Amino acid sequence: MGAVVRPTSTAEVADVLRDAAARGLAVVAQGRGTKQGWGLPVSVDLVVDLSGMDRVLDHQAGDLIVEVQAGARLAEVQARVGTEGQRLALDETVPGASIGGTLATNASGPQRLVAGTARDLLIGVTVVRADGVVAKAGGRVVKNVAGYDLGKLVVGSYGTLAIVTEAVFRLHPEPEVRRWVSVAADDVHDLVHAVVHSQAVPWAVEVDGTTLSVMVGGRPDGVDARVGTIRGLIGGSVSDTAPEGWGTYPWQPGETGLKVTFVLSGLRDVLAALAEAGARVRGSAGAGVVYAALAVPDALPRLREVAAAHHGSVVVVDAPDEVKASVDVWGPVPALELMRRVKDQFDPDHRLAPGRFVGGI
Amino acid sequence: MTPGVRAVATRARELLAPDAVIDDRARLRTYECDGLTHYRVVPALVVIPEDADQLAGVVRACAEHGVPFVARGSGTGLSGGALPHAEGVLVVTSRMRAITDVRPEDQRAVVQPGVVNLDVTRAATPHGYYYAPDPSSQQICSIGGNVAENSGGAHCLKYGFTTNHVVGADFVTAGGEVVPLGAMAPDAPGYDLLGAVVGSEGTLGIVTSVTVRLVRLPEEVRTILVGFHSTDAAGAAVSAIIAAGIVPAAIEMMDALAIEAAEEAVHCNYPAGAGAVLVIELDGPAAEVAAEYDEVERLCEVNGAFEQRLATDPFDRALIWKGRKSAFAAVGRISPDYIVQDGVIPRTALPEVLRAMGELSAQRGVRVANVFHAGDGNLHPLVLFDESKAGEAEAAEEVSGAILDLCIRHGGSITGEHGVGVDKARYLPRMYTEEDLDTMQLVRCAFDPDGISNPGKVFPTPRLCGEVPGRHKGAHPAQEAGLAEVF
Ligand SMILES: Cc1cc2nc3c(=O)[nH]c(=O)nc-3n(C[C@H](O)[C@H](O)[C@H](O)COP(=O)(O)OP(=O)(O)OC[C@H]3O[C@@H](n4cnc5c(N)ncnc54)[C@H](O)[C@@H]3O)c2cc1C
Repeated sequence: MGAVVRPTSTAEVADVLRDAAARGLAVVAQGRGTKQGWGLPVSVDLVVDLSGMDRVLDHQAGDLIVEVQAGARLAEVQARVGTEGQRLALDETVPGASIGGTLATNASGPQRLVAGTARDLLIGVTVVRADGVVAKAGGRVVKNVAGYDLGKLVVGSYGTLAIVTEAVFRLHPEPEVRRWVSVAADDVHDLVHAVVHSQAVPWAVEVDGTTLSVMVGGRPDGVDARVGTIRGLIGGSVSDTAPEGWGTYPWQPGETGLKVTFVLSGLRDVLAALAEAGARVRGSAGAGVVYAALAVPDALPRLREVAAAHHGSVVVVDAPDEVKASVDVWGPVPALELMRRVKDQFDPDHRLAPGRFVGGI
Repeated sequence: MTPGVRAVATRARELLAPDAVIDDRARLRTYECDGLTHYRVVPALVVIPEDADQLAGVVRACAEHGVPFVARGSGTGLSGGALPHAEGVLVVTSRMRAITDVRPEDQRAVVQPGVVNLDVTRAATPHGYYYAPDPSSQQICSIGGNVAENSGGAHCLKYGFTTNHVVGADFVTAGGEVVPLGAMAPDAPGYDLLGAVVGSEGTLGIVTSVTVRLVRLPEEVRTILVGFHSTDAAGAAVSAIIAAGIVPAAIEMMDALAIEAAEEAVHCNYPAGAGAVLVIELDGPAAEVAAEYDEVERLCEVNGAFEQRLATDPFDRALIWKGRKSAFAAVGRISPDYIVQDGVIPRTALPEVLRAMGELSAQRGVRVANVFHAGDGNLHPLVLFDESKAGEAEAAEEVSGAILDLCIRHGGSITGEHGVGVDKARYLPRMYTEEDLDTMQLVRCAFDPDGISNPGKVFPTPRLCGEVPGRHKGAHPAQEAGLAEVF
């Protein structure tokens, strides 16, 4: 990695990027560095460290919105909006994660079942382009269709289109209570389907190895009734705290971490293929997304076959560099040509996180 | 007809059924406007493809000959998005109405773009599912139009907008390439191009197939009609409900003038003498709804509700909704002409903005009826006028524009669901800087460098796309080459 700069405002980020553009420097943005290893490895001249942009700029509880700087830690934003009984419905899947990094990787956890991912919660964004131009899209209201929704493009773009410096999110009310129903089963497929297609409105349906955990939140009366429905369907025990490991990734440093997606009818096949590959599995089974840890990535092609048969994909999220060098990290990506054209427009010199993303973008 | 259009017509006749290529003036005129009827342009050619191949073939011909094209679904748009181009081709999706696949187990449906919104729900209901975004026009508007406008509806407060319910699409770029965007499973790797296409108002290309999420039908639905003496009181009740951590499926407000119009049109029998009514809908698990209902009833009472009516069966619910859903058309009963405005404010600014609108209306002598999605601050002021009276149209136009300025001043938006289209392009620079608009148009340049897909819409001034320099930097070229070798 190259030199590090630590700007404290959008204007400073713009100065830095204008300067970098003039000198032709390759740049990568960094929030808190918790997922800097995701995607393909990059080598750059300059790291733009956003940890100095860590403020919650505005929280309008009555409008259920919060405006934050990209370097703010997700946990700190939660603490702040929590004082008014609200939550930003994004899970902290890696401890210490920043808002910017969460947006760039579209990292999601159990709550995605009920609230979607960052793309669904982001309502306004300020970015600095590779050429140093500052641009905003969206705004401070939940409903807004004026102009293109650039927020969608930057979410999950791994910092290859522009550097996000500020973001506005819609918030959700914090529920009065949460309950978890957990049950052990060798084959969770039917149980997941029973819950997902029920009237219980599960807020999360997570698998961890052979344990299935369903979370519900809301008012005490309503939650009791829903827990009753869920236990009637799958049995299990009830807890008012989350099971261990809830909403975190299953892999350890040195292992290969995968994100596997599928349509719900494919759950059984996907889990069987992962079991056969010797993977440790955790994730949002009820939403069609699970994460897996592998000691060696040999089974990758087979897993891709199975996921593709169920309209999904397998991405190598986190792995040692030498593993990444030996496998296809992103897998097949349709519409890649169009993605390249978008990249060429936003960053014609390919100086933002070069090579990290799909197709070497 | 320009030589380019003639060439496209020739190609279209090879590809499409004879009656699907229209160039006689009388029939072309049927398509001269969308739901915003005071903008009219007769297109040079209309084509009505039956499938994606035909549609892509026509678009390719347009690209080849540099002919502009405009997609049209059901033509209910309220911002002139489907207004034809005089020297261009109008591509109508009304023969692409197949529901290709309904997969309740996967909570997905795949539909062609011409499929009517409500038909998706009709197809899913027998399986216990429905399609959540419900614009008031849902009995006629198309899914393709919904995607283009990122349409909302009363129930989007709780369930989100079109963009939250569309997971995949087949897409024809302005160059005529057919590309799949998104996927049936979540989080397809790569840029979220679908997210950029949704809401782009047909300016990036045409969707030929749409994969949507289906949502489980709620166990219980309760609809409450609440009468208040003033919009301030009704607004305070809305704020109290939200502050109590309740997210109703819908909270809609109508003011006295809108109520008067609705009464006259559909005899909805709303509480007599109300200065405002709220239509509040709660849905979900029965026990949850029951608990929320008690709370909502109490909060309305505390904030000055003088009458509350609860509907639990579909018939009574429909009655309550009838007044609200017919509100736009109903205004025709009390005014010969009207403008349907669409603006957004932070919900907490509601009392202030309503007061300012009242003053504006009094000053200019222009009546404004108010209907809005109160839960998310999306206002639909209906600005009344009489075209036949000198100066009234201009005054109405002025008030309508001033309302948008009010929205912007309060940190809101010039459109919450009807889109920018041709109507509001000139207002967009009041909301965004030149740099913002330039950046948005980078996307346009990637998808449609020649600017032939629905030109003249959304952006007041098109960006010149220019050549993209082929310079590369850092580790990228080597890596790209390496990747190309390995895979
Ligand atoms: C009475 C009434 C009530 C309404 N209520 C609501 C409401 O509650 N909420 C709301 O959001 N809107 C509402 N609308 C507006 C309108 O119905 C929506 O914008 C709707 O989505 C338009 O669909 P359409 O099929 O009629 O599209 P059209 O009017 O035909 O086209 C709209 C835009 O979509 C583009 N387009 C159409 N098909 C495609 C395609 N396949 N690919 C790419 N672009 C395409 C067109 O080029 C155009 O820019 C209302 C309209 C009326 C008349």
